[in-house]
Amino acid sequence: MLDIFTELASWLAYELLGLDPASKLGTSIHFFIEDTTKILFLLVVMIYVIALLRASMNLERVRSYIQQKHRLVGYFFGSGFGAITPFCSCSSIPLFLGFTSAGIPLGITMAFLFTSPIINEVAVIMLWSLLGWEFTLAYIVIGMAVGILGGMILDALKGERWLKDFAAKAYQRAALEPQNHKHDIEVPEAPKMTMAERHQFAKDELNEIVGRIWKWVLIGVGLGAALHGFMPDGWFAENLGSGQWWSVPAAVFAGLPLYSNATAVIPVMESLIIKGLPVGTTMAFCMSTVAASFPEFIMLKQVMTFRLLGLVFIILLANFMMVGWLVNAISPWLFSGF
Amino acid sequence: MKHFEVLGTGCKKCVNTAESIERVAEELGQTVNVEKVTDPAKIMEYQVMSTPAVAIDGKVVHSGSIPEHGKIAGWFES
Repeated sequence: MLDIFTELASWLAYELLGLDPASKLGTSIHFFIEDTTKILFLLVVMIYVIALLRASMNLERVRSYIQQKHRLVGYFFGSGFGAITPFCSCSSIPLFLGFTSAGIPLGITMAFLFTSPIINEVAVIMLWSLLGWEFTLAYIVIGMAVGILGGMILDALKGERWLKDFAAKAYQRAALEPQNHKHDIEVPEAPKMTMAERHQFAKDELNEIVGRIWKWVLIGVGLGAALHGFMPDGWFAENLGSGQWWSVPAAVFAGLPLYSNATAVIPVMESLIIKGLPVGTTMAFCMSTVAASFPEFIMLKQVMTFRLLGLVFIILLANFMMVGWLVNAISPWLFSGF
Repeated sequence: MKHFEVLGTGCKKCVNTAESIERVAEELGQTVNVEKVTDPAKIMEYQVMSTPAVAIDGKVVHSGSIPEHGKIAGWFES
């Protein structure tokens, strides 16, 4: 069904604009038209449908749901809800404090916050349409693993010692309260919503998300298209492709100062992989760009001391490098197509 | 006079929320006192998890989005 966008791009680029399919410019323009039209179409349809389904989900319900769970299961749920809950990064701090003051362990809260930027419906839709379902599934599993593992390590090192004072006190107070016993917590009822209200919610979500990300889609696809047309085939294979161990940390550090959302990075990933950059190295680069951003760290500084912030940073970097090495090692079995 | 507090860690939506409230107040010819609360400890006391949120005279009446015009106008009626 998505072939229609390839045909549309061929028609626009080669027939209407008269570009040569073999030329660099022709290849780039074709890539750009195909990807932007396909992505924007899928985004509009899927964001609306998903928003319709999750309209009655809110953070209060998510929180009590996580609270009920055993700690080990909690990491899994924290990360999973981080992936699916509608959530703006400017709400990070209230969410962090809401969880902490309810006695949810720091690691579970951070599993939510680590996973949230890596996996969201926009990223999944784009990966699926550009790189196929095997890659998408691997990305989701790995993204959640980064969040879960990151949270567990943070708790194993007793990271909550280095919360800012007011946050640490709130956490201890909640942990001492007897009524916070797991069995007594009830998940609040989902608010009853009519179809009209759901439609209104989905329409607002659609406007908000597409309004925020359309320029990132253009920038990302533009970069991807330029790489696609102008980067010599085999450049990566010659310079990095044989998978030297240091190419993974290099990719992670290269991604750090780049602050972007998943939307802009995925078309770039597509090009990098087509051009022969190893899959693990590409994924490490992508996650480092998306999940470790300075604006996010500056925000977290409001509730964390520098020591804890440093620890979070190191755990994230270490996780991304593990992802890179691991995926590079197993990708020959996983993705025969690449 | 009602005392409004807009809770949020300083994102664009919070600024828009405060401006909306002031605009509606002006339309209705009401004087209003809108304060932006950015201190995370204070936001935690209100037990708000999604911002921007709005509190009137110390009571949370809205959270998670920029409130729409009709809803704001309703706050001035009661």
